[in-house]
Amino acid sequence: MKRTGFMSEFFERNGLALGLYLLLAVGFWVFILILLPQLSMLDFSFRHHLPPPEMGGPKDVYTLEHYKFLVLGAQGADSSYNAVDLGVFVRTLLAALFVTLLDLALCYPLAYYLGQSNGGGFVRVLVLLLIIPYWVNEILRAFAFRIIFGDSGVINELLISMGMIGSPIDFIRENVALYSGLGYAYILLMIFPIYNVIESLDRNQIEAARDMGAPWWRIHWRVVIPYAKPGISSGCTMVFMLTAGALAAPQILGGPSSLWFTQIIYQWFNQGGNWPRGAAYAIVLLIVCIFIVLSMMRLFKVKMGDIGK
Amino acid sequence: MKSDNTLMKVFLGLYLVVFFGYLLGPLIIMSITGFNSPGFPRAAPWECLTFEWFDVLANDKRIINGLQNSFMVGAGTVILSVIMGMAGALVLTQVWPKLRATYYTIVIAPILIPGVVLGISTLVFWDRINVMLGFSGESFLHNGILLTILGQSTFIASYCMLVFVARLQRFDVGLTEAALDLGATNVQAFRKILLPFLKPAIGSSAVLAFLASFENYNTTTFTFGKYPTLTIELAQKVRYGINPSISVLAFIIVVLTIVGALSHEIYQRRKQLALANGAPVGAVTGGFQLPKFLRGNPASVVLLLVALGGFSTIWFANVYSPETCKAEVREIKRTLQQQRIEEIRRQKIEREQQKLLQGPDIFGPKNRPGDAPQSPGKGAFGSVFDPQNLDKAGPESNNEPAAKNPGAGAFGSVFDTQNLKKQSESGN
Repeated sequence: MKRTGFMSEFFERNGLALGLYLLLAVGFWVFILILLPQLSMLDFSFRHHLPPPEMGGPKDVYTLEHYKFLVLGAQGADSSYNAVDLGVFVRTLLAALFVTLLDLALCYPLAYYLGQSNGGGFVRVLVLLLIIPYWVNEILRAFAFRIIFGDSGVINELLISMGMIGSPIDFIRENVALYSGLGYAYILLMIFPIYNVIESLDRNQIEAARDMGAPWWRIHWRVVIPYAKPGISSGCTMVFMLTAGALAAPQILGGPSSLWFTQIIYQWFNQGGNWPRGAAYAIVLLIVCIFIVLSMMRLFKVKMGDIGK
Repeated sequence: MKSDNTLMKVFLGLYLVVFFGYLLGPLIIMSITGFNSPGFPRAAPWECLTFEWFDVLANDKRIINGLQNSFMVGAGTVILSVIMGMAGALVLTQVWPKLRATYYTIVIAPILIPGVVLGISTLVFWDRINVMLGFSGESFLHNGILLTILGQSTFIASYCMLVFVARLQRFDVGLTEAALDLGATNVQAFRKILLPFLKPAIGSSAVLAFLASFENYNTTTFTFGKYPTLTIELAQKVRYGINPSISVLAFIIVVLTIVGALSHEIYQRRKQLALANGAPVGAVTGGFQLPKFLRGNPASVVLLLVALGGFSTIWFANVYSPETCKAEVREIKRTLQQQRIEEIRRQKIEREQQKLLQGPDIFGPKNRPGDAPQSPGKGAFGSVFDPQNLDKAGPESNNEPAAKNPGAGAFGSVFDTQNLKKQSESGN
């Protein structure tokens, strides 16, 4: 009867009206919006693709069809594995990892600089400048990169007018546009967690290390990075998950031959019309991403509670 | 030691320039394209300063419609997420300790779950609820606005919750307890003590929620149904044909953002100053002082601004007209084309003269009848109405083969009497 005890205590503490508000709002959020839809999607992904009248009928049984399709491909296909979809999946994850590391390398020095400076007017201006791109629409940010990297984009026009190249370089096909667009899209989610942690680092520690004769890289390696680890892992987690799950940037900046895994999911829903298969692919993406993040957190000994700080 | 320091500073400056170039460059370039006249957004060959894309944007029905839907979705999402986020944060402070970690993981997870997955799960779940309840396909559970609000609130509530958690960490529970001891009811204590304390958090989480909702694409793209939001419309426009009116929209958003960020910053400064001086916020004017005759007279400030704006617009309109500029650009392009044609002709003549020196040409006339039928098709490629183009297409297309075969000079230029004449001249 621990649970009822907890409940009555809860109502005693908050009163009936407030207690009901809290319970209803949190219950709606946790169960109706978060848990049940995910479970429903999981359940849905194990069903056959049926026309609406047959749903719930005798044919509506559980199946592994869609997961098999992702791994093995269509039955009677030439190869024994679904090379296209699996290839896209692996490439998406690797590219997301690459973008994450790129963002980390780009952001760490700035976060350190901002965090360790005195917080004067210049730094405030920099922080303001940082925030501006974040409020511009994701689509528009991707679109900006298309203007820059397109065939008749700024870079190509510049290079041609300077006479460095004869014909335009196809940045879109080479995925340069895609990676820089993706790196750009979530860069702030990398910088702010690191900045917040480094800001609280006592500068005397760095002074002490310097007085003891440690070179700058060693100060970072032994003092700053271990201290900033929660921020770094929090930023990396968010950037990785969001990049792997990005849809807008690959749709706008992706080359004709390079798909992003979310685009395949999108196609199953919108063009293929096979919802259960799309749901199965989404589940795979979700579970693999969570697995990667959790194993990384285990590897670097970071707790879940550090995320989102 | 000192040179080492300056080296570091140079590196730091360089790095800052590169970083902020990466961060702001795309936005600046995109904004510039909104004022350039070519139909496809481009900044590099600058043609004409024009404001016509503002008109195009203002008359774009789909954008306007998307904006309306975005505002509706945004309003719903703000209300729902702030309510849920606040409740989530309050529950976190008093949840059973053993459950705390699990609870925190569950409510923070939506931030990490890919937006695509959230959109799909919302769509699938409410579709099945709809089937289960036996509603038709047109029921309110298939309403795009409702589904979008639900899908977006799932993760935006987590953002809001983080804002509330940060604020609640500084709350002194003793205050509520004191109120309760003094005989306030729970609701009274909540309304008079906790809610006022949380007010800044409510404001900032509402702003955060609205902005996050406004720019969301991944979740919305699965749930919008018949009500495309602005972001969805933008994505469709960007993917299927665009004109610079999108850049104009981006420019407007950037300007609004800067204005918002700056006014927030100024307000914060004033508040800090006020705190330092112990005066109310309104009493501090900050570092910026207006001239005396304008101070305390907002109407005159507005009047001055309006007058300045009006005069500059009239002056600008008199001095500058995009139409003349565009005509000029067209003229320049035509001249350039003409020059190119002349150049090619000259080269051809030179080449033929060289050939002439080497020996008489016997292949030329032979090839001509066979090649001639090809040329009208070539010259007619989409530019039949432009006599200039016809002129150009001919000589350019035979530029290459001419090196081997002087007779190819007839490629595509059968209609050009000038060419014929020249050839016969040089042939003689």
